[in-house]
Amino acid sequence: MAPRKTERIVNLTIALLVAGRYLPKTRIRELVEGYHGLSDAAFERTFERDKDELRALGVPIEVGGYDQLFEDEAGYRILPSEFSLPPIELDAEEASVVGVAARVWQHASMAESTQSAMTKLRAAGVEPDPSALAALEPSVQATEPAFGPLWNAVLDQTRVRFTYRDGSLRTFEPWGLTSRRGRWYVVGRDVDRDATRMFKLSRIGDVPVRISRPGAYEVPDGLDLRALARSLDPKEPTAEALVAVRPGKAPSLTRRGRRAEVTPDLAWAPETHDRWWVGYGSLPGMADEVAGHGADVLVVEPVDLREAVVDRLRAVAASGAGR
Amino acid sequence: MTSQAQVRRLLSLVPYLREHDGAAVADVAAAFGVSPRTLRADLGVLWMCGMPGLSPGDLIDIDMDAVDGEGVIHLSNADYLTRPLRLTADEALALVLALRTLREIAGPDQRAATDRALAKLELASGTTPTGQQASVSVTSAAEDVRVTLADGLQRGRRLDLTYDVATRDETTQRLVDPLRLFVLDGAGYLEAWCYRAGGLRTFRLDRVAAASVTDVAVEPHDDVVLTDLSAGWSSSMADAPVVTLDLAAEAAWVAEYYPTESTTPRPDGGVVASFRVTDPGWLRHLLLRLGGAASVLAPEGAGDDAAQAAREALAAYAALERG
Repeated sequence: MAPRKTERIVNLTIALLVAGRYLPKTRIRELVEGYHGLSDAAFERTFERDKDELRALGVPIEVGGYDQLFEDEAGYRILPSEFSLPPIELDAEEASVVGVAARVWQHASMAESTQSAMTKLRAAGVEPDPSALAALEPSVQATEPAFGPLWNAVLDQTRVRFTYRDGSLRTFEPWGLTSRRGRWYVVGRDVDRDATRMFKLSRIGDVPVRISRPGAYEVPDGLDLRALARSLDPKEPTAEALVAVRPGKAPSLTRRGRRAEVTPDLAWAPETHDRWWVGYGSLPGMADEVAGHGADVLVVEPVDLREAVVDRLRAVAASGAGR
Repeated sequence: MTSQAQVRRLLSLVPYLREHDGAAVADVAAAFGVSPRTLRADLGVLWMCGMPGLSPGDLIDIDMDAVDGEGVIHLSNADYLTRPLRLTADEALALVLALRTLREIAGPDQRAATDRALAKLELASGTTPTGQQASVSVTSAAEDVRVTLADGLQRGRRLDLTYDVATRDETTQRLVDPLRLFVLDGAGYLEAWCYRAGGLRTFRLDRVAAASVTDVAVEPHDDVVLTDLSAGWSSSMADAPVVTLDLAAEAAWVAEYYPTESTTPRPDGGVVASFRVTDPGWLRHLLLRLGGAASVLAPEGAGDDAAQAAREALAAYAALERG
């Protein structure tokens, strides 16, 4: 059954490719052996399904060329120039990186897409050397169930509906997907709120459902996904703290700070610690970070930061046994 | 195997076989990511395809005796399928994202090759605006460190690393033989034989503060088994003890940020979550920074370390207050 179907669809493709003009449906029915022996209704159904499958594969089937000989019946064709991958020539190095890229996706249907792209490139003469760059193993994960539907919606501009973690039902026009620290976010227009929004895919509670035809909206020009993704980063420093750090400890803090040569309050300078100025953008965030280092990092000033750290330490000290 | 996947493959197979006359069945199967048996079935279908009419002169000609005898493929009489089908938007974008991910850990030579390949691909994939629909960012090393790592890997030289150990919260100096660069969950890593640890270690690229290439050639490490990345980090954590935390709403992000064994949301927005803890230092650091927004449910005593560290820090503050 399946081989017969494949055969029929390949023969249909070839017939439309070589025709050089629009072929009316009745002619296609005669030319493609797989359609012989079908009732009118069965032929109509089968032909429609075959066309849909080919279009889903990206085969550009054009409709047009109403031919008077065939009583105004629609005709179909595939232009070889539209069908064919344009020439692409990659040197050995370029082919090698593309070969590595073909292994990057750890998501089943995305891996299939890259494999299929690779197959086409091979057929166009691209030959990656599998042993080259064996020591490079980039990977992209997408474990969120919402990823597949949103990826498709971004590609064909289809409106979707989903439930966010706060329980709200969102009608959304996805513009793009961006991955930051291994987590996926979708950017687009929240239709009901008429505002640009970014949602974290892991917080989408259900699988997004398509609720429009493809091409239902336009993505704004100049959308900069990378800039939007950067808004997820910690805020730029707006204040500086003077901290006492045990030598060699807390490199994540000191790497972005500078040694304090002269300190305003020498009483607040334990002998065992070095003094550093470290910038921060959010006081609670900085207090979390400093508290994480325990006695290795002590806040000298400002006082409100010091108090916030001491509050955190008191809460943790109270939680443990063996007081 | 769906017929759609088979049709897609056959449309690439014909131009590929025209380019590679006399290619071995096993090699072609490997290039297309299928078994030799599947490929043989593909050829059986293709053999029944061709120009409309399907008289012997119209059919694609495959020397089946050579396929079944010498295991090589000769295909002819398919002049209308000289080029593969163009890339779909899905395939092009999947490949472009994979290349951009590779770019984030690559050295200068590979990065240049990646940029050239990207430019050619975007050209060949036609009008698809692949740039704006999706992006992936990877936490990687500073530019100079990346150059050094790629150089050491490429020339097989031992590296001298300055590395910040997050769990022990200190900076270390070590000599390593680089084996592999990889990306997992949005962060880049160097996997190397570490002479300080006397074993295989992974180093997160953003914590490599400095690196230099030595004149020493790397030892062969043929017997070393690199970390299996297919299951993410979970395979390396399978033996680690499980710790269950009660996270208040403001600490619920922890259950999303780190891999969990199980999570149970609570009505107030908090969550009870279990984690594999490979390093007690990680748990101490986490509990300290959450400052009481998390408490240990099990096992008993798992939070004592953090409570002790908090009391130590409070004592240091108290000593300073007294002056």
